[in-house]
Amino acid sequence: MKTIIFKTASSYLLPLLLLFAIFILLRGHYLPGGGFVGGLIAAIAFVLHSFANGIERTRGIIKFHPGFLMPIGLSIALCSGLAPLLVGSPFMTGLWYHNPIPVIGMIGTALIFDIGVFLVVIGVVLTIIFTISETI
Amino acid sequence: MSNPYIILPVIFQLFTAILLMFFWTKKNSQKLISIICSLITLGISIWLITIVLLQGIHVTQAGGWEAPFGITFVADPLSTLMILLTSISGLAVSIFSTGSVRNARIKFGYFPIFHFLLMGLNGAFLAGDIFNLYVWFEIIIISSFVLITLGGEKAQLEGSIKYVTMNLLASVVFLTAIAILYGLTGSLNMADLSIRVANIENRGLVNVTAILFFVGFGIKSAVFPLHFWLPASYHTPPPAISAIFGGLLTKVGVYALLRVFTLIFIPDDFMTDVITWVAIMTILTGCLGALVQNNIRKIFSYLIVGHIGYMIAGLGMYTEAALVGTIFYLIHDIIVKTNLFMVTGVIFKLKGTYSMRNLGGFYKTYPKLSLLMAVPIFSLVGIPPLSGFWAKVFWIESGFITENYLLVFVLVFGSFLTLVTMAKLWAEVVWKDGDALPMKINVKYFWELKPIKRVAMIVPIVLLSMVSLYIGFGAEHIISISRLIGSQLIDTTPYIEAVLGPLNAEVI
Repeated sequence: MKTIIFKTASSYLLPLLLLFAIFILLRGHYLPGGGFVGGLIAAIAFVLHSFANGIERTRGIIKFHPGFLMPIGLSIALCSGLAPLLVGSPFMTGLWYHNPIPVIGMIGTALIFDIGVFLVVIGVVLTIIFTISETI
Repeated sequence: MSNPYIILPVIFQLFTAILLMFFWTKKNSQKLISIICSLITLGISIWLITIVLLQGIHVTQAGGWEAPFGITFVADPLSTLMILLTSISGLAVSIFSTGSVRNARIKFGYFPIFHFLLMGLNGAFLAGDIFNLYVWFEIIIISSFVLITLGGEKAQLEGSIKYVTMNLLASVVFLTAIAILYGLTGSLNMADLSIRVANIENRGLVNVTAILFFVGFGIKSAVFPLHFWLPASYHTPPPAISAIFGGLLTKVGVYALLRVFTLIFIPDDFMTDVITWVAIMTILTGCLGALVQNNIRKIFSYLIVGHIGYMIAGLGMYTEAALVGTIFYLIHDIIVKTNLFMVTGVIFKLKGTYSMRNLGGFYKTYPKLSLLMAVPIFSLVGIPPLSGFWAKVFWIESGFITENYLLVFVLVFGSFLTLVTMAKLWAEVVWKDGDALPMKINVKYFWELKPIKRVAMIVPIVLLSMVSLYIGFGAEHIISISRLIGSQLIDTTPYIEAVLGPLNAEVI
């Protein structure tokens, strides 16, 4: 599938899809979307790039092993769960900053948890895809 | 009493697993972190059981949503005791793994998955919500799927297919039962269910749901006739993994049975009859099966089944004394079974085989090790005053009170069969003159290991043997804890009030 059209398109689609993934991530919680779907879309952006340019080029963009995103994402999610314990509330209680921030919207521990999920999903999907395409 | 920190055993295991994932490629750091964090978890669980025994039941509502709508975590004496036992076995197996698990397995994430498994176990013990219990069971079985297939040897994969199929089936039955229960009552909180189920008029439907739960947990804890997957799979993975499976995974099924059948479904005559007959058949099949096996790991696998039957028998009699016996036996069995599977690991490293017929001459060549092996083996048989003995006193006593003479006979007969099996094992492995076995190329023998790895394989066995001896000789303390738990299993009002707040008279 190394046609010139696909190759050119993929280099424009990668940032667009990543932006869309972040949009979906921020849109979550009250509306359809969230960390899991956002993570899948972000992973698909890289998968598309690797189809067009080969797996080695995509690895070159990411710079580090995507599996490393899993513990980072998990620790972000764990921290969002632990944060309420500092103010004496039970584990996983939602803490919210009262004033909404432009563009991003409401900020709270639920968003941080979603960011954790986002990173874990990207890490898992890319690890699986890279491992499978290595063995083929 | 509300205390958000009771969830620490779960969170700390998750933290450990995440920390280990950061050290994915560094196997020596992983070993060190695993042991240190297991020690800290042991400290946390000792703290937890101390505050629960001193101050009563502690509760936290995850996310701050009040019961019965949110997810409740309850630390009562039974769950904190199970967490303490998990931490002790977890520490022992963690040390044992550093010596016995091959580098190839560690490279593919053995330690992180091991700690995810312990997290699932701790979560299942703390869960106060039946759907949450299901979720923790899923975490446990997914981690155990990875552990049982890690390494990908042919026998391992064959065993794991049986294991995976039966456990998925059990999950489906369990989930169906939850769905029906939710349809009947409209609640998932176990304390709330306890009140609501008692008020349902259609007892037939309640009994059907109870049977579904019994089947679901029955497959997981391997009771007759749903036990065939256990002896077919537990002898295939490396000894460290067998140890944690044999010690804890079936016992979490027994824990769930104890919880559900004392809190939600109070067994009527029909249910106690069903449970008693299942217990009788489980004891007979397990102990008779162990008698004819030659592979020492298969012998212990069959004995797990037989001894699960003992614990179910305590539930079947449903008197306070019988439940005290079951709790005591649970404590003893977790420690001893973990220990025995580790002992088989050492035997394999020394001789390169699990076959009882080929083994032999242990007392001549390794007298100290044989004496060490004697502790778990004779504890398992229950030779007084070792730990397996005391629970049987309670069961036989309540068997006579409930006039369940057949069950008493089977209990005694089962113990006799265990004795015969263990005597045979002792005679074949320890006393018989052994021939020099041909060396195998793909086995790394004990004397080829580094001294630190040899120490790491012996220390946990010594540790758990000491715990076993304490359970036997310090039985007074264990019995007083078991009595406390037994009385709380019969009178569940403290549990319900801790979760839902003080009850007013009309609700009851």
